Amino acid sequence: MTPSLNLGSQHRWLLSLITLLIVLLSLAPSVRLLIEALSDLGQGSQAPLWKVLNAARTWRALWHSLYTSGLGMLIALVLGSLFAFVITLTDIRGKAWLVFCFMLPMMIPPQVTALSWLQLFGPASPLLKSIGMAPPLGSPQPLYSAEGIALLLGIQSAPLVFLALRTSLLSLPRELIEAARISGARQTQVWGHIILPITRHGLIAGAAMAFISSLGNFGIPAMLGIPAGYYVLPTLIYQRMASFGTGVLAEMAALSLLIGVLALAGVALQQYWMNRSRFGLGGHSGRAHDFSLGRYRPLVTALLVGVLLVILVAPLAALVVSSLVPAMGVPLSVESITLNAYHEVIGRQGATWRAVRNSLWLAGGAALVLMLCSLPLAYRLQRLPPRLQQLTLSAIELPYALPGVVLAIACILLFVRPLPLINLALYGTLGLIFVAYLARFLVVCLKPVSASLAQLDPSLEEAAQLAGAGPWRRLITILLPLIAPSLFAGGLLVFLLAVNELTVSALLWSAGNETLGVLIFNLDEGGESVLASAVSVLVVIMVASLMLSLSLLAPRLPKGVVPWQG
Amino acid sequence: MAGLAIHRVTKQFGDHRAVDDLSLEIAPGEFVALLGPSGCGKTTMLRMLAGFEQISSGTLTLNGTLLASDQHHVPPEQRNMAMVFQSYALWPHMSVADNVGYPLKLRRVQGSEYQRRVAHALEQVALTPYAQRSPQELSGGQRQRVALARCLVTDPDVVLLDEPLANLDRNLRASMEHSFVDFHRRTQATMVYVTHDQSEAMAMADRIAVMRDGALVQWATPETLYREPRSEWVARFIGQGSQLQVAGGAPGQQLNESALMQGLAAPLTARTQPVLVRPEHIRIEAHSPAHSTNPSNLTGRVERLTFRGERYELHLRLSTGEALLAYHHTALNEGQHVAVRLLEGWCLEPDQ
Repeated sequence: MTPSLNLGSQHRWLLSLITLLIVLLSLAPSVRLLIEALSDLGQGSQAPLWKVLNAARTWRALWHSLYTSGLGMLIALVLGSLFAFVITLTDIRGKAWLVFCFMLPMMIPPQVTALSWLQLFGPASPLLKSIGMAPPLGSPQPLYSAEGIALLLGIQSAPLVFLALRTSLLSLPRELIEAARISGARQTQVWGHIILPITRHGLIAGAAMAFISSLGNFGIPAMLGIPAGYYVLPTLIYQRMASFGTGVLAEMAALSLLIGVLALAGVALQQYWMNRSRFGLGGHSGRAHDFSLGRYRPLVTALLVGVLLVILVAPLAALVVSSLVPAMGVPLSVESITLNAYHEVIGRQGATWRAVRNSLWLAGGAALVLMLCSLPLAYRLQRLPPRLQQLTLSAIELPYALPGVVLAIACILLFVRPLPLINLALYGTLGLIFVAYLARFLVVCLKPVSASLAQLDPSLEEAAQLAGAGPWRRLITILLPLIAPSLFAGGLLVFLLAVNELTVSALLWSAGNETLGVLIFNLDEGGESVLASAVSVLVVIMVASLMLSLSLLAPRLPKGVVPWQG
Repeated sequence: MAGLAIHRVTKQFGDHRAVDDLSLEIAPGEFVALLGPSGCGKTTMLRMLAGFEQISSGTLTLNGTLLASDQHHVPPEQRNMAMVFQSYALWPHMSVADNVGYPLKLRRVQGSEYQRRVAHALEQVALTPYAQRSPQELSGGQRQRVALARCLVTDPDVVLLDEPLANLDRNLRASMEHSFVDFHRRTQATMVYVTHDQSEAMAMADRIAVMRDGALVQWATPETLYREPRSEWVARFIGQGSQLQVAGGAPGQQLNESALMQGLAAPLTARTQPVLVRPEHIRIEAHSPAHSTNPSNLTGRVERLTFRGERYELHLRLSTGEALLAYHHTALNEGQHVAVRLLEGWCLEPDQ
């Protein structure tokens, strides 16, 4: 519904200009990367792209990436669909808590996940030592392997499968299931004949998302793979950049292009299946279907709780135990328990405070700026013709869909030289990370706002227009109050993601400009596992409380804004 | 008695009593409508019949077999019922023929028998050419007919219909009403039809259960419901008519012309009995009411006139102050005075 009157005026131009600017800024890094990667193709075998394609390590890392992401996807598929089907369709108790606990691994930064699992296994595990079950010294850490990486990738991305499938299941009209029941189908037959075929596309789309997310994951393969010399594409780029600096930028751009193409192919596949899954279902949807588990309920509940104990509680417990021991390898006991690590990180380590401050500034600033951009942008987008709207959205989504390493390389390329005209050097400053965050998380903030705006009855604004309110006035007095909860939720989501971000900042940080994600990674790399654990515990507490505050906001938001609430 | 028996069924949702101590005996092959305004519990009752909701107390039996009580619950798939949903509930991943044939597959009907019965069901709703289409390609009326064919195919004991015409436009409704009646005549299935539209219920059902706030208000044939509604509320809900207060008479009694006139002539305080007068029982004399031969001298003023094609609807104000709805074959002037005769009236139970 485009209000047809009075739109040729100045506010429209201004909004269009903002939109155009944002689209260009979203596209700029990718375009710059593409130019760099394809440069000097005329040099034949000396061109960076050819050099990269001829290197054996490229293909080895590509295979590693595909293997770990593929295996991770399968694990995510099993875990995610188990939880989605049971929680959405059955009369199991405590659904809200199960969902919250299952979603938590997605929101915990990957380096923290990796660290907590490392604390759970291996000869030095304080938890295993404390209960006397540690393997003998010198035995290998089982997680330093391809399968270890895949397992953690699977756990981290299982919530994506869960969400995609749950959305499909919730939009499944109850009547379709009831019609099958009254036609004579038992619960299991309804599941096989009706539910699975209709939600199949959601399942496939979820699997594709899990694959893309695993492909771009940096924290887990970095913490588990680098010590074992097992490189995937993102860690290969990191390692080459760390060793050779900006001298190999052109080659890294070519490598990034390779991951970028893979990831975008995955996104295209996922979009395709998502669109296929829209059957245009009629009827009352959004209500759980309450299959009764009957006497199996205790068994199923025990299964889900058991899975959560293994994938969430045990590693976090190991993390907490590790943060309380005086040094790695010392078992936890009444005598040895100490808060020294917390004193150390909060009190003495200047780097910790600096990193916390940096991350809070970056995340808070990015959230604020993006919230400011999102309303006018979403408003203008809604009034574009559908095709153009789709294109614009794709451009904005690009920096988020690309793996973080790719965006980081692109940003380095874009800003490695001081900006022309204003002669502002961003490279080596926090500003570079800030710009990268803005590009990366814009879509996270925009999506809830767009969803809210699309749900609003256009007559609300039309009524204000007839009452004599001008465009800006309508935007501020009518739309803003109605959209505010979504806007706030979008900002909070951005904050949640940005404050723990590692992938982008791992390549963009410089001394004095560490972020929280980089800090944990560096502490662990430097052998300070106890300190890293202490910081991680604090991070997990912060994530959980942010998630809880979003949950409290959920009743005032449109459906689907808070990912872990139906 | 065989058939579907609802005995003292109650459904409690938390504090809210959606269905309150409802009893109905439905004969085999009967077409029954559950009628009431939205929120009266009719849909909940239907869902309990289907087995989608458990009942809080009471019993449901079908041909002498217990379907549900507070202890016992036969799941929907074992009740041998069929249902037409308001949203049609056609499975989008199956063709029209597969949708219709699905209940047969579950009953292990295969091969030529399967083909024959699906073809027969589609033929009965005149959808044979659409067998291989997907449901999304059909119009609303066609989808509803697919849903009906899906019910036909297994010879269910009871067919449940949940406001099946609510999503269709007015013209289509009339033709679908015929389809349902034809369908019922051919199959002789017991049908329970939920609706809030009294004209739909009156046109199709053998008997109608009128519900209000979860309770049964009246259980009667459409004719009885129209001529002898039990209470003021039912009278307002079914058909058109005016309610007057008279002296004398008792609920459930019919009053003739003279009794009505007498009752109206009584002083206001004595007039405590509500009485329903249908417009077809009112005679209007338009000319010179002052010199009328009408012995009782009841007169009224025309307040409003509505053209309805075959007749005019007159909204009258009686000299005693009451509003009255009447029909007349020619137009009258607004403000004109007319003589009024009330031929008969039906005494109602007052609402609490």
